[in-house]
Amino acid sequence: MGKILMKGNEAIGEAAIRAGCLNYFAYPITPQSEVAEYLARRMPEAGGVFLQGESEVAVSYMIFGASGCGERAFTTSSSPGISLMAEGMSYIAGGECPAVFVNIMRGGPGLGGILPSQADYLQATKGAGHGDYRMLVLAPASVQEAVEMVMTAFPLAEKYRNPVMILGDGLIGQMMEPVEFPDHLKTEPSNKDDWATNGMDTRKSDRRNLVKSLYLDPELLNSHNLKLKAKYDRMKREEIRYETYHTESDYRVLIVSYGTMSRVCRTAIDELRSQRLDVAMVRPKTVFPFPEQAVLVASEKESCEQVISIEMSMGQMVEDVERSVRGKRQVHWFGKCGGEVPTPEEVIDAIKALVK
Amino acid sequence: MGKIFCKPVSLSDQATHYCPGCTHGVIHRLVAEVIDELGVRGRTVGIAPVGCAVLAYNYFTFDFQEAAHGRAPAMATGIKRVRPDLIVFTYQGDGDLASIGMSEIIHAANRGEKFTTVFVNNAVYGMTGGQMAPTTMPNQRTTTSPFGRNVEEVGMPIKVAELISALETPAFISRQSVIKPKYVVRAKKAIKRAFQYQIEKRCFSLVEVVSTCPTNWGMTPVEAVQWAEDVMHPYYQLGDKKSPDPIKDKED
Repeated sequence: MGKILMKGNEAIGEAAIRAGCLNYFAYPITPQSEVAEYLARRMPEAGGVFLQGESEVAVSYMIFGASGCGERAFTTSSSPGISLMAEGMSYIAGGECPAVFVNIMRGGPGLGGILPSQADYLQATKGAGHGDYRMLVLAPASVQEAVEMVMTAFPLAEKYRNPVMILGDGLIGQMMEPVEFPDHLKTEPSNKDDWATNGMDTRKSDRRNLVKSLYLDPELLNSHNLKLKAKYDRMKREEIRYETYHTESDYRVLIVSYGTMSRVCRTAIDELRSQRLDVAMVRPKTVFPFPEQAVLVASEKESCEQVISIEMSMGQMVEDVERSVRGKRQVHWFGKCGGEVPTPEEVIDAIKALVK
Repeated sequence: MGKIFCKPVSLSDQATHYCPGCTHGVIHRLVAEVIDELGVRGRTVGIAPVGCAVLAYNYFTFDFQEAAHGRAPAMATGIKRVRPDLIVFTYQGDGDLASIGMSEIIHAANRGEKFTTVFVNNAVYGMTGGQMAPTTMPNQRTTTSPFGRNVEEVGMPIKVAELISALETPAFISRQSVIKPKYVVRAKKAIKRAFQYQIEKRCFSLVEVVSTCPTNWGMTPVEAVQWAEDVMHPYYQLGDKKSPDPIKDKED
């Protein structure tokens, strides 16, 4: 199949169907309501389930129920809605079920605004809900990448039996770009008979399955948490994804940026290099696990004087960048979080101010 | 002569954690008997609530999922929508269903989700230690209404069965009691009907069960039964409130 022009939100909905997920539950919220509008028509056509829930809270448990009984399920929302779903995410992680959540971020706090933002970085990467758990968080920088990440998210969620989040800023959802749905990313759901509540009749033995997160015995809860930790440690070993830009030659400044913001940074880097100011970039594609080693190595380059985290937030990813750089270089932050994406000129000014 | 009365296959041998005089055990047994009799254990999924009955899965012998406070109807919706062939029920208390989970139960009922809810009303939060519930009776003392429920401040107890019956979507809604054997027999009939309607894919079904909590009421089991009959039964009238079929049973 060739490329077609699609809006990010609609492409995300289509990608889930192409990935083999036919169950979608959602609650409307700007700027991602087009996913629900698209799937309200498309899901029945594909023979799947579409249901508009009464709240984001309820939706997160509809996902939990569906995935707990062994079926692929996903939802999409935006920042305030994700806060409400965070309760369910914690229970899903505790109950060790796969699930896919898409957050098309808008500005906050509170109602904030409806324009693009990256202000939910800490929420997404440090847990969102209560308790000791993490989600695998994929951050697309284009509609095509959003499609591929959505399609990859389902087998990843099943591999870890843990929620996976697609963290896109509002622009990813709203803009139209040419996309292709790669057939090779369609996967069959993994066998869930040994844990899912799909009815005892489906199993040969008389064993019943139980999906739960309550462990009243402190020793049992501790070992449950150690088991979860082992999964997050495994994600750090096996799932880190990132892209580098001009890190092979010398550079004075290293940018760390993700999502739409990283595309603006690319343009800025090209312009700066044409003005003979060498700048490079590491773009995390997974923000949890964070590409610590890649950022550390890039920052340790002899020519590298400073590191700057450029993000559409008031300085959230910068904490992970500082942690990765381990004090070996000065780490700065530049960003905006009102809904406007910083322009290449603004990025250029911020970089020039650093190397004066 | 063969055995004519035994423990349902759907119940385990696990010793109960419920307090003496608590009626959860009776209700568990009724649900288990119904599931055995309908022959659906192999495709049943129960949803445990938050509260005393969160550990219900220790006593039932089929698949179970555990929900957060009040969210069981949303979870049941998720299961039933993607696997309509499974038999799904939520087992919820009054703090869980009538307070924090009011939104989930109303909307699941209104959508006509084809699962069954067993709603245990004992007029108090149990597991958290006897706090006031939306179903707590006027002037009833609890740990958070130490001078008795003041209806001027917090309103009258919510009648869940009547509230949900007001929805236009077809459903089977019944209120029963298990505080005396004669009520237990009727409660079982209602629970069985509720599951049958689900099996026939006809409608949402909910059976509210007036129940006792001697521990948190500060009473002996015998006093608790008497109090439920004298104080709860007149307010929480028993009987079918709504049915997809014509209502035959008359209230007491």
